[in-house]
Amino acid sequence: MPDTAASIKVSPTTNAGPPVIDLQQLSVTFGGRPILRELNGQLRGRAIGLLGPNGAGKTTLIHTLLGFHAPSSGTASLFGCDIRGDANQIKGLVGYMPERDAFIAKMSCVHFVRYLAELSGLPAAAALERAHEALFFVGLGEARYRNLDTFSLGMKQLAKLAQAIVHGPKLIFLDEPTNGLDPPARTRMIKMIREIRDSGEANIVLSSHLLRDVEECCEEIVILKDGRLVTYCNLEEERRANKKFLMLETRGDLKPFVSAVNGLDCEYAITGDHRVKLILQEQTEVRDIYRLAAQTNVQIRRLSYKRDSLEDIFLKAMENGSN
Amino acid sequence: MAVLERSYKPYVGRLSPQWSRFLIIPRDALRDVFRSKIFTGLFLLSFVWPLVCAILIYLHHNAAVLALWQLPLRDLVPIDASFFRLWIVVPQGYMGFFLAMLVAPSQVSRDLTNNALPLVLSRPFSRTDYVVGKMSIVIILLSAITWVPGLILFLLQSYLEGWSWFSQNIPIASAIFIGSLVWILLLALTTQAISAWVRWRLASRAVLLGVFFIPSIFSVVVNEIFRTEWGYLFDLQALIWNIWSGLFGQFQTQQTVIDTMGAEQIDPLSSSPPLWASWLVMFLICAACLALLSRKVKAYEVVK
Repeated sequence: MPDTAASIKVSPTTNAGPPVIDLQQLSVTFGGRPILRELNGQLRGRAIGLLGPNGAGKTTLIHTLLGFHAPSSGTASLFGCDIRGDANQIKGLVGYMPERDAFIAKMSCVHFVRYLAELSGLPAAAALERAHEALFFVGLGEARYRNLDTFSLGMKQLAKLAQAIVHGPKLIFLDEPTNGLDPPARTRMIKMIREIRDSGEANIVLSSHLLRDVEECCEEIVILKDGRLVTYCNLEEERRANKKFLMLETRGDLKPFVSAVNGLDCEYAITGDHRVKLILQEQTEVRDIYRLAAQTNVQIRRLSYKRDSLEDIFLKAMENGSN
Repeated sequence: MAVLERSYKPYVGRLSPQWSRFLIIPRDALRDVFRSKIFTGLFLLSFVWPLVCAILIYLHHNAAVLALWQLPLRDLVPIDASFFRLWIVVPQGYMGFFLAMLVAPSQVSRDLTNNALPLVLSRPFSRTDYVVGKMSIVIILLSAITWVPGLILFLLQSYLEGWSWFSQNIPIASAIFIGSLVWILLLALTTQAISAWVRWRLASRAVLLGVFFIPSIFSVVVNEIFRTEWGYLFDLQALIWNIWSGLFGQFQTQQTVIDTMGAEQIDPLSSSPPLWASWLVMFLICAACLALLSRKVKAYEVVK
């Protein structure tokens, strides 16, 4: 009986089924120098952002999960397949867009994508059909018969994305996909990544040092520092957790207002002449604040939720990691 | 499915068998090399000599033509092990060398130059598949001009000479096949190893020529200095020559000389290395090529 494409379903952000990536004390050492140190965690998001300063081990982690480097200790699994024992099966489930230029010279774009699709196991006719589809999907439909050597940097990035998705992988590793792209090209790339994510057919691991890219595409983030996993969080949950952190701009006498707020067991800090920061209790609603303001004759000119931005989370992780 | 459909979809169809995937590499490469008219011309030219040999075999069995032309062809060129070795395996082997020199040097280097290996090796396609696939380019191409026509000529001779000749000379057929295959494997491994280490195509062709011809000079110098013939173990051409001779049952380790009394004696200075030494060195060269390939054929090189 012929092999068929693996039927593992991608996992939404739930705890059901095997995690997308399960890191179990994963360590990688090159020439005696530890690059990844005992990484642990179960990553389940549809789009996982891999963040970290240069040299943190992001690319090494991807390469290790792809089977390019052997772990020095520990292991990891993708969709329940162990990277040590089921490397071939894993490679059938993943697509990889490397950071560096990667193509075969003197080859047309459609030929290149079809060739790699065939190496993934697609029969020749299906590979050609899907190569055309993938190139139209990434926006290289008109240029698909041109040689890759003649492509601009942005077009090469798109060709790399096309080859990463041509065989319909369940997990796509994107290593700095927006590198070298101008703003419109970057926006297009981000849009495509979100489309793939929203299709629900593939999980994405996006490695980038550009926080904005990760913020726009990912729902979970992993932050690495010096080969250690310093933060793993769900961005949405993180934001929700900070929902009751309020910034107020007011007019009027603040003293009775803040003492009334204090009566609600809310912490406060006066940050300027008319500015107050409040941390609301679980049971306190925003309308209670309005009510107190009305009772104490204070005008609320502006009220905003102060959320932790990804930058805050990243910087916090860097600070904590250095302790 | 419409080509213009622009959405991400997983692939749910049939997959090709894992074992057959390495063949994608030679199929693609051969399609590429045969686009060159020069190469296609040379390839076709390499069938001219087997055709001449086929005519010779045919003439051997055509008494009317021999009588008409009064050619002592049976005495001049007997159809035996020497004929198949010297008239078919050796010239076709050298032709194969030049074809491999044209095709092989760019095969691995072009993937390495443009970092294509991570793309290839991130698929269910191992390093072994990759190396075997790349070697298959040379193996398929050279098989078509060496042992395939050699065995066809052997069968032609058997057909014309009769069943008894075929059954008596089966070792010749195996010598044609094994001898050609050893040569092809050596060429496939050395060309791929050179291609992996020397990325400029012209330079890698020069290195290939150097690897096959410079040691010949070196071995002669060693032989002259040390008054021996063991220097030939450095010479790839001499090694394969010995192996071919051994396979065709014509290998001689010692030569006879006529002494001052007119009697035949074994020349102690002409003592060549034994046949197993040639096989051993050949094996070591192949292993070295594999080690060189293994150092370079990696998704990423870790710089220490």
